[in-house]
Amino acid sequence: MAVMINLVTVFVLAVFVGFELISKVPPTLHTPLMSGTNAIHGIVLVGAILIAGLAHDNTSAIIGFIAMVFAAVNVVGGYIVTDRMLEMFKKKPEGN
Amino acid sequence: MLIVLALSYLAASICFIVGIKWMNHPATARTGNRLSALGMTLAVVITMLNLAVAQQDLVKDASVLWSPQTRWALVLGGLVLGTVIGGVMAKTVKMTDMPQAVAIFNGLGGGAAAAVSVAGKVAPTPGAHGEEMLWSIVLGTIIGSITFAGSLIAFGKLQGLISGKPVTFPGMRLFNNLLILVTLGLGVWVMVLGHDPIGDKVFILTLVLANLFGIMLVLPIGGADMPVVISLLNSFTGTAAAITGFVLQNNVLIIAGALVGASGFILTMLMCKAMNRNLWNVMFVDFGGGGGSAGTIEGSQQETSAEDVAVMLAYASRVIIVPGYGLAVAQAQHAVQEMAVLLEKRGVSVKYAIHPVAGRMPGHMNVLLAEANVPYSLLYDMEDINSEFEQADVALVIGANDVTNPAARTDTSSPIYGMPILDVDKAKNIVVVKRGKGTGYAGIENLLYYNPKCKMLFADAKAAVSSLIAEVQHV
Repeated sequence: MAVMINLVTVFVLAVFVGFELISKVPPTLHTPLMSGTNAIHGIVLVGAILIAGLAHDNTSAIIGFIAMVFAAVNVVGGYIVTDRMLEMFKKKPEGN
Repeated sequence: MLIVLALSYLAASICFIVGIKWMNHPATARTGNRLSALGMTLAVVITMLNLAVAQQDLVKDASVLWSPQTRWALVLGGLVLGTVIGGVMAKTVKMTDMPQAVAIFNGLGGGAAAAVSVAGKVAPTPGAHGEEMLWSIVLGTIIGSITFAGSLIAFGKLQGLISGKPVTFPGMRLFNNLLILVTLGLGVWVMVLGHDPIGDKVFILTLVLANLFGIMLVLPIGGADMPVVISLLNSFTGTAAAITGFVLQNNVLIIAGALVGASGFILTMLMCKAMNRNLWNVMFVDFGGGGGSAGTIEGSQQETSAEDVAVMLAYASRVIIVPGYGLAVAQAQHAVQEMAVLLEKRGVSVKYAIHPVAGRMPGHMNVLLAEANVPYSLLYDMEDINSEFEQADVALVIGANDVTNPAARTDTSSPIYGMPILDVDKAKNIVVVKRGKGTGYAGIENLLYYNPKCKMLFADAKAAVSSLIAEVQHV
C-alpha cells in the first residue's frame, strides 16, 4: 500500500508539472511539440525491455518482444521526425 | 545498483521536463528535443544494465525456461529491429506526410503500452505486480488499445487508405457510448474476478472491445479535425504509458507518461482554440462534416488562364499568397517562392498568409515553407494578416480550401461553422489555384469559389505556378 501511495503521489505531481509545461506556444511549434511529446511516451520501451528480458514463459516473451519493437519505433522515429521538423526553423532568413 | 537506477531515472525525468519546456520557444526547441532524447537514451541504457543484474538472480530460478543468452538476443533483437524501422521511416518520410508519421508512431506507442499491460496479466513477471496492480493492467490495456486502433485509423485516413470523410451510421453515437461503457464494465469485472480462468476470458474480450472502440471513435471524425484527434490520442498514449508504470512499479514510466498525458492535453486544448473548435464537439457531437448546404449556393465558378493571372499579379502592388495542403502535395513550395521573388523584383509586395491549421496540422505549413527557404519575415499568422486582405490587390489561394470558406462565418449549418478563416473574400481580386472541382478535406463546397471577384485556375499547383512564372517573365 505504501508503494502504491508513493506511485500515485509521483503520478499526480507529474501531471501538474505537465499542465504547467505548455504555456503560450506559437502555432508554428504545435506540430513539433506534439511530435516531441509523442516520442517521450515511447518511454514505455523501458517497460517492454523489462517484460521481454525477465519473461518466465514464451507468451510473455513474445508479447514483450512485440512491445519492444513498437516502442523502439515510437522512440527512434518520434525523435528523428521532430528533429527534422525543427531543423527547418534553424535557417535564419537572410538580412534579418 | 538500485540507487544508480533511481537517480538515472530522475535525471532522465528532468531531461524530459526541461526538454518540453525548451520546446515551447523556437530558438531553443531543437536543443530541447535533443535533451529529451538524451534522457530517453539514459533511461534505456540504465534499464539494460539493471536487466543484466536482475538476470543473475533469474538464472538461479529453475522454473525459468529461457537461457540468459536467448533473453538478450530477444531484447537486443527487438531494440535493433525497432530502431531500424523507426529510423528508416523517420528519415524517409516526406515533410508533407508528417502528420501520418506522428499518427503511426503514436499508435505503436499505444500498442506497446497495451502489450506491456497484457504481459502483466498473462504471466506476472518478476517486475510486474499481479493482483494489487490488476486495476492498472486493465486500464493500461484499455487506454493503450484505444490509442493503438484509433491512431491506425487516423493514419489510414491521412494516408488516404480510408476515406477522409466521416464514416458514420445511424445510431453510431449511442453505439459508441454503449461500447465504451461495456468495455469499462468488463474491465471492472476483470478486476473483481482477479486472476482466474473466467477473468482471463473476460480480459481478452475487454481487449478486443477497447480496440473496436478506438476504431469507432476515430472513424466518424472528419479529416479537418484529424490534428486534434492525433493530439488527443497522443495525450492518451502518455496516460497509458504512465499506467504501465503502475503495473511495473517504475517511476520513470509514471513521470514521463504523466508529463505527456498532461502536456498533450493542454496542447490539444490550444489546438482546439486555434481552430475555434470545442474538444467535446469534435470527439462526440459533430461527427465531422455532413453533406453541407449544397442548395444555398448561387452563381457559378469562373475559370481563368495563367496568362490573365500573371498580368493581374505583375501589375498588382500587394499580393497575398494563401498556401494550403494542395501546394504541399504538389511540392510547389520552391516554385511559389521563385514566383514571389520575381514579383518582388517588379516592386510587388508579397506576403504569405498562414492559417493555424494550413496543411494537415497546426504549424505544418510553416515547416513546409521553411523547407523551401521562404523567409520567416514573409510568413504572417492569421490574426496579423486578416486586416490586410482589404488592401490586397490579389489574394492567390494555392491548394487551400476549407480555411478560406466564408461559410465558416455565415452558415450555421456548415460543419466548419465557427472555424476562424482567412478573410480572402475581402481582397480586391481572388485567384484560386486548384486541381479540380472537388471539395476540400471537410468534404463541403467552398462559397468563395462562387464569389464574383473569384477566378479559378484549374491545374496542379506546381504546373500552375510554373506557367505563372513563365508568363510573369513575359509581361
